[in-house]
Amino acid sequence: MSEDAPVVTEQKLPKDLAAEKGMVNVQIDGEWIQVPRGTRMIEAAKLVGKEVPHYCYHPKLSSPGNCRMCLVQMGMPPRPAPGADPVYNDDGFQEIGWMPRPVIACANTVAENMGIRTTGELVETTREGVMEFLLINHPLDCPICDQAGECKLQEFSVEHGRGQSRFQETKIKKPKNVDIGKNIRLDDERCIMCSRCIRFMEEVAEEPVLGFSERGTHTSVTVHPGRRLDNNYSLNTADICPVGALTSNDFRFQMRVWFLKETKSIDLNCGTGCNTTIWTRGNEVFRITPRENNEVNSAWIPDTHRLGFHHLHSDARLTEPMVKKDGEHRETTWIEAVNKAAEGLRMRQASEVAVIASGRMSNEELFLAKKIADALGTDLLSIVPRQGESDGKLISADRNANTTGASLIFDTEDPAAKIDAIREGVRSGKIKALVTLQENLLKEAGFKTEDLEKLDHLVSSHILANPTAANSDVVLPGAGFAEKRGTYVNVTGRLQRSNQAILTQGNSRDDWETLAALLGTIEKDYLAPASIDGVLKALASEVEAFNGQSFGSIGDQGVIITETGVTIPLIEQEKARVASGQING
Amino acid sequence: METTLLIAAAIKIGVFLGVTLTLVSVCVIFERRFSAIIQDRVGPNRTMIPLSILGFKKDLALPIGGLTQPMADGLKFILKEDFTPSYVRKAFFWLAPCMTMVPALVTMAVVPFGSPIEFGNLVIPMAVADLNVGPLFIFAIASLSVYGITLAGWSSNSKYPFFGGVRSCAQMISYEIALGLSVIPVLMMFGTLNLGHIVEYQANNGWLLLPFWGEGLTAERWWMLIPLVVSFFIFTTSIFAETNRTPFDLPECETELVGGYHTEYSSMKFALFFLGEYAAMIIGSALIVTLFFGGWSIGFGIDGLLPTGAWWVSLLHIGCFLTKVTVFILFFILVRWTVPRFRYDQLMNLGWIVFFEAALINVFIAALILAVPHIGYLAFGVCLAILLVITGLLFAIAKSAIHAPKEGTI
Amino acid sequence: MATIKVTRPKLSVGEKVYFGSIFKGMIVTLRHAFKSVMGKSRGADELNSSGLGITMQYPEQKWDDELPEYYRGTPALVTDELDRERCVSCQLCEFICPPKAIKITPGEIPSNDEWAKVEKRPQEFDIDMIRCIYCGMCEEVCPEQAIYLRPDYIVTGTSRKEMVHDKDRLYEIGGKRVGLVNKWNELK
Repeated sequence: MSEDAPVVTEQKLPKDLAAEKGMVNVQIDGEWIQVPRGTRMIEAAKLVGKEVPHYCYHPKLSSPGNCRMCLVQMGMPPRPAPGADPVYNDDGFQEIGWMPRPVIACANTVAENMGIRTTGELVETTREGVMEFLLINHPLDCPICDQAGECKLQEFSVEHGRGQSRFQETKIKKPKNVDIGKNIRLDDERCIMCSRCIRFMEEVAEEPVLGFSERGTHTSVTVHPGRRLDNNYSLNTADICPVGALTSNDFRFQMRVWFLKETKSIDLNCGTGCNTTIWTRGNEVFRITPRENNEVNSAWIPDTHRLGFHHLHSDARLTEPMVKKDGEHRETTWIEAVNKAAEGLRMRQASEVAVIASGRMSNEELFLAKKIADALGTDLLSIVPRQGESDGKLISADRNANTTGASLIFDTEDPAAKIDAIREGVRSGKIKALVTLQENLLKEAGFKTEDLEKLDHLVSSHILANPTAANSDVVLPGAGFAEKRGTYVNVTGRLQRSNQAILTQGNSRDDWETLAALLGTIEKDYLAPASIDGVLKALASEVEAFNGQSFGSIGDQGVIITETGVTIPLIEQEKARVASGQING
Repeated sequence: METTLLIAAAIKIGVFLGVTLTLVSVCVIFERRFSAIIQDRVGPNRTMIPLSILGFKKDLALPIGGLTQPMADGLKFILKEDFTPSYVRKAFFWLAPCMTMVPALVTMAVVPFGSPIEFGNLVIPMAVADLNVGPLFIFAIASLSVYGITLAGWSSNSKYPFFGGVRSCAQMISYEIALGLSVIPVLMMFGTLNLGHIVEYQANNGWLLLPFWGEGLTAERWWMLIPLVVSFFIFTTSIFAETNRTPFDLPECETELVGGYHTEYSSMKFALFFLGEYAAMIIGSALIVTLFFGGWSIGFGIDGLLPTGAWWVSLLHIGCFLTKVTVFILFFILVRWTVPRFRYDQLMNLGWIVFFEAALINVFIAALILAVPHIGYLAFGVCLAILLVITGLLFAIAKSAIHAPKEGTI
Repeated sequence: MATIKVTRPKLSVGEKVYFGSIFKGMIVTLRHAFKSVMGKSRGADELNSSGLGITMQYPEQKWDDELPEYYRGTPALVTDELDRERCVSCQLCEFICPPKAIKITPGEIPSNDEWAKVEKRPQEFDIDMIRCIYCGMCEEVCPEQAIYLRPDYIVTGTSRKEMVHDKDRLYEIGGKRVGLVNKWNELK
């Protein structure tokens, strides 16, 4: 406001302007901002890029405020004397009276005209003190601790600690290396009593088997007597554990995290398509962790899904294209295998040919599969249905990752409708040649070995050796989920992308390349695109729902491309908790 | 008589070729040991004769300070994989190493190794071919070796060898002019092109640069020392450039060109380049010794006291010649480990602007000094004045031609 | 950037001709060569030279007695007084190793082992001595005082495989080391 301009009396004060929008004015480290009413101080600080160190606070969980790491200095305008009016300065704010004692930023919500200092002598000495206390009984396990490298205790003791301990007494001894569940190992000495795991099991997994026992310095996390931490979401506790108290049995002592490369991807074990980060070193996947996406999986992922990567490094991987000759599989070149596959398909009439795709294939692969079926002139194209039971949280009843995508691309309500017709056709001998992509027909598809033996020409693409591959005339080795890029549409109609984290094994190839080569051999004038981006481009121009989409436009969080009316239960539960003010989300 | 001469020629060819080739490998060991000594190192000193491959219990170590090293080197070069890259121009690639080695050896044919031997009534000169155009023959043949290097660079069909070849071509052609011009005063002084006669004249009348006996003691001869010393400097320096040795080894300048023209060569083909350089160095030394330091003559009038044509005298002279050549080889090595490499523009400036002009004027000065008895002192003075003016002019032109970096900023 | 003006030195005619300096240079070189042959190079005595220059003749003459305390030879793993392998495979050395010579496969100590409380130890520990540059970073970074650079410098082999020191070889070179901080004592 300039000095000579007269003060307009009817001009509204900032507090009133903010209140109209349901916001409040907060001063954070000298900077005034508007934040929604009910926001916790720690989240408000995050909005202006100030990180307040914390252990027990997690945006998806309630705030007990027991680690004391997030102490900040807070100030409010002093209450005016009786009869006196509040005094506003030129900017319309009241003078802040700073409190002599710090408060925790995680459990306190912001208020109008509040001041927060995330730095300064008081805050820094407080943090130093808290750090020192937290480290008193913490063992010097870092060299063997799996958390080292992503440990908040390490990070904050470097940033906010005093560098050395004044504690000369003996550290408390607690149980170490405790087997508390199938997937989780507990080390009580490392625990800093943040209670994140306890709250997670109670609030999100809804199976409260964890709790504190003992008192004072002897407090330790324990499993309820007679129970084990066997919940299917238990590994999330290892993710949110700020220290190495809870570690994953699967990842235990496999590799230090600082060697691992992170690749953003998605999970393909069910229709939810949980967002994940794939951690790799060299050409090996070491672990998969959830990646936050508030519309898909919040910050969690089921254990069964995250541990489903070991088959990538299985000995049963198919690594060479194979052609059956005199009843025996022989390794061959890709050109010969594809030629052989195409030859057997072309020489038969359209009515004698069928294509079985998989609901776990990406949109690009399904698109090419559809093109192959079109080129062969057959309308017998189906995916294999894979239904299970929803667990009421993240696991969808549809265990195919891309059923929605398949129905969009095949332009049919139920992309798996024709599977029965194909099976019957094979059984009756009407279908002579079959292409099966990434599906073991003896499982969900309901085929029997003798059915496959009736076929004259079976072309299949697989990752692992299986009976279907054994019965195939041509076997085309495919790429695992971490070895290829692709897009998928989850049950809610969200288009998401997976990324390549490692190279394909041996001589196996990315599936879209195989399909494009097969298509190019069947249909001579088909011009295969140079990359998978080109396939998506063709798909986007031919299928309406995908119009205008590219790998770039999808982003890490995905985009909604169709309405299915399906919701993810865990997301709905979380939204309810945000609405009720239990968490900030 | 004819057959005797033929047999003698055959023996001479065999012996001198053997001597030269041995000298080449000895040069290599000299270079390695001498440079090691200069640099506080030891050098190759422990090559043994590998008797153990023949079934003996121990290898034989001879106490000759690694003189067996050249043998081992040679064996290694022959046994190494002879790799020919797929992209080279094969015929020229194979021809190039020969083109550097052969001219160097052929030029040895006209150099007199010792005094002639009288065999019955035959006088057998101690040169394979006692030509009357010795120095011309040498220049003609030696200049062929530029083809070797240029061809090597071009046929390698690769960037750095090509640069090396181009550099070498330009450098050798440039310095051949200075080389040819600088030797003219010497030839004017001797009045003959037969190297055998030149040496004999020096044996009787004082070495070219050390005229201490015979006719060498006249004042006129001492005046001639001025152009002759200039000739000597230019000639020696140009020989360095012709043999591609430091400080003029830009064609194989490893910091810029990896290995220069022989980058793509391996095994014996590389060895031929390597040895060709040393052979050129030997012929260069031999030439300097022959022209300026009395060739095989022992000097100081001693040659005149010895009986002519006796075989032991000739052997003594051969020994004397080889000693002088060896001293010059050591000088070559000493220069290599003392003087750093020139920059290419400095090299070209030196060749074209300094040496070419200096050698040219030197020819006229020598001619004037030689002409004094015929034209008298007055004409000499006038001519000298004209020459000085021309020299001044040349000097001014040359100075403007040298592209010196401007003073002030870098 | 500041421009620095430098004046090229004015050379006298004598200097321009070069021959004088080249001649002087040759004298210097020659003098040095003579000194070298006489065994009077600077430092020849202290360095126990072979008589030519200051160079030792390696297999016959060695400098082992004069190796300094801090000499960085081949890296090796050590065990403590109780023969416990000190390495817990934290992989910090693998991380810091500039030429990536170290490769560790971590492993868990079985619960029936005497040292089960340490929980972790290397299953495999390979140092590729072809890659190793003897920088000593592994020794410096080790939080368990488990890896040391020993004064052994004669590392030879006839195959690449032989040049990769595995765990057994590393302990063989390293041996037992006493007097180090013992983290994993009875208090732990």
